[in-house]
Amino acid sequence: MNSLVILPVLLPFLIGAVLILLAKKHQAQRVITSLTVLSMLAASVILAVDVYQNGIATMEMGDWPAPFGIVFVADMFATMMVILSSIVGVVCLFFAFSTISTEREKFYFYPFYLFLLAGVNGAFLTGDLFNMFVFFEVMLLASYVLIVMGGTKYQLRESFKYVVINVFASMLFLIGVAYIYGALGTLNMADMAVRIEETGQTGILNVIAILLLIVFASKGALFPLYFWLPKSYYGPPSAIAALFGGLLTKVGIYAIIRLFTLVFNHDIGFTHNIILALAGFTMFFGVLGAVSQFDFKRILSYHIISQVGYMVMGLGIFTPLALAGAIYYIAHHIIVKSALFLFSGATESITGTTDLKKMGGILKTHPLLAWMFFITAVSLAGIPPLSGFFSKFPLILSGMQEGRYIITAVALLVGLLTLFSMLKIFIYAFWGEQKHTDEQAAKKIGPILLPIVPMVLLTIILGFAAEPIFSYSYGIAEELLEPSIYINSVLGE
Amino acid sequence: MEILMSITVGVLFMVATYLMLSRSIFRIVMGLVIISHGAHLLILTMGGLQNGMPPLLGQEAANYTDPLPQALILTAIVISFGLTAFVLVLAYRTYDAHKTDDLDQLRGTSDE
Repeated sequence: MNSLVILPVLLPFLIGAVLILLAKKHQAQRVITSLTVLSMLAASVILAVDVYQNGIATMEMGDWPAPFGIVFVADMFATMMVILSSIVGVVCLFFAFSTISTEREKFYFYPFYLFLLAGVNGAFLTGDLFNMFVFFEVMLLASYVLIVMGGTKYQLRESFKYVVINVFASMLFLIGVAYIYGALGTLNMADMAVRIEETGQTGILNVIAILLLIVFASKGALFPLYFWLPKSYYGPPSAIAALFGGLLTKVGIYAIIRLFTLVFNHDIGFTHNIILALAGFTMFFGVLGAVSQFDFKRILSYHIISQVGYMVMGLGIFTPLALAGAIYYIAHHIIVKSALFLFSGATESITGTTDLKKMGGILKTHPLLAWMFFITAVSLAGIPPLSGFFSKFPLILSGMQEGRYIITAVALLVGLLTLFSMLKIFIYAFWGEQKHTDEQAAKKIGPILLPIVPMVLLTIILGFAAEPIFSYSYGIAEELLEPSIYINSVLGE
Repeated sequence: MEILMSITVGVLFMVATYLMLSRSIFRIVMGLVIISHGAHLLILTMGGLQNGMPPLLGQEAANYTDPLPQALILTAIVISFGLTAFVLVLAYRTYDAHKTDDLDQLRGTSDE
C-alpha cells in the first residue's frame, strides 16, 4: 500500500475542479496551474525512483483487496509514462502562457488541461480494465473540449468527426469489457492474466483480444484506423496540438503494450503477428502521407502515425531487446514530437501561416529557432548521436536477429523518408528567400522559445546518455515480459 | 432470457450502425446514443441474468444477482450522459456555423 501512487492523478483532478471556480481570474489560474504541473512532475519522479528501488507499488482503493476493489499499480513502465506526460504537461503549459488567447483562458482552458493530464496519468496507473475505460473517457472528454475550444468553422467540423470516431471506439471498448467480464468473470488485469493462464487463450479470448486491439488501434492511430488524426490535430493552437500529439495516441499504445504483454500473451503466433503487420503498414502509409503534404503541422501529424508504428513493431517482435527499443522510442517520441509541434507554433507566430510554400528565410531572421528545430528534426529522423538513433537501433537490431527482414526493411525505408520530409520542412521554411515582412522578422520570440529549450536538451541527453537510459528501458522490458512480477505484486503471493 | 437480451442488443447495434452510416449529423448523434444503450445492456447480459434473486447479502448465499455489472453500467451511463450532452451541443454549433447538417458538405477541401 503506497498512497503516493494516486498523487499524479489526484493532484491535477482536484486542482482542476477548484480552478473552475476561478474562471475569470486568469492570472491566478496561471500561477495555480503551473504550481500544480510542477508538483505533479516532482511527485511522478519521486514515485518512479521509489518504484525503481523497491519494486512495484500498488494502492487498493478503499482498502478493498484486489481483485475485488479497484487497484492502482505503479510499475516501471507506468511510472516512466507518468514522468513523460508530466514533462509534456509542464512544457506545453508554459508555451501556452505566451501563445494562447485570453478568451480561451477564460473559457476553462486550464481546468480542462489539468483534467486531460489526470485522465492520461490515470490510464497509465490503473490496474483495472473498466477503470482504464473511465480514465480514457476523462481524458477524451477533456480533449474534445480542448480541440474545439475557439470554435472556428474548421475546428467545429473536424472536431465533430474526431468526437464521433472516439465515442464509437469507446463504445467498442465497453463492449470488449463486457465480453471479458462474461468470459473471465473479472476486470482486474492481473486477475485476468491469471485466469487466462488457467483456461488457455481459446478462440473467444482471441476474438476479444482483437476487439480490444481495434479499440486501442483507433485511439492510438494504427493502420487502418488513423484517418481521423491529421485533420483533427491541425485545428487547435500549437500548445494543444503538441500536448495531443505527444500524449494522446501514446495512451492507446500504452494500453496495447500493457494488455498484450500481461494478459493476451499465450497465442503470440496469432496476435503478435497481426500487430507486426499493422506496425509495418502504419509506418509506411504514415510516412507516405507526410511526404505528400506541404504543411508544417500536417507533416508532423502524419509523422505521429508513422512513428506509432515503430513502437508497435517492438511489441510485435516480442523480445526483450525489441520491447526495450519500443519503450525507448516512446520516450524519445513524446519529447521530440511535442517539441516539433511547439516549433510549428513558434514559426506560425512569426509568419502567421503553417503552409510551407508561404514560408522561407527564417534561418536569417531567427537563427536560434532554426537550429533548435534542426536538432529536433534530425533527432526524429534518427541521426546519431541524438535520441532517435539510439531508440531505432535496438528495434532494427532485434528485427534482424529474429529474422523479420521485411519489417526491418520497412523501418529503415521509413527512417529515410522521415529524414526527407524533415529536411523538406527545413529547406522550405528556414532556407531560401525571406517571405515574411520585416515587421514580422523583428518579432522577439525569446519567451516562446524558452519552454522548448528543455525538450531540445532532453533529446540531446537521451542520445548522449543512451547507456543508462537504455538499460532502464531494458529493465522495463524484462519486467513486462515477466508478468508474474506484476501479478504477484497486485494479488499477493 | 439471455437469448432475448442478446437479440435486443443485436437489434440496437444494428439500428445504431445504420444511423451512424447516414449523412445527417443528428442521425449520427442518435446512433451514438443507441449504441451506448446496446453496450450497457450487453454488460448486464454478460454478467449473467438471475430471475428474482437478491443481491449478494452474505458469504453463504446460495444464489445471488451479480452487483458488479450494475455498478459498471451506472458508471457507463453517467459517462454517456455527459458525452451525449456535449455531442448534441457540438452538433448544433457545427450546424450553426456551417448552415448544413449534411456530412458530404462538411468533408473539407484539400486546399485549406
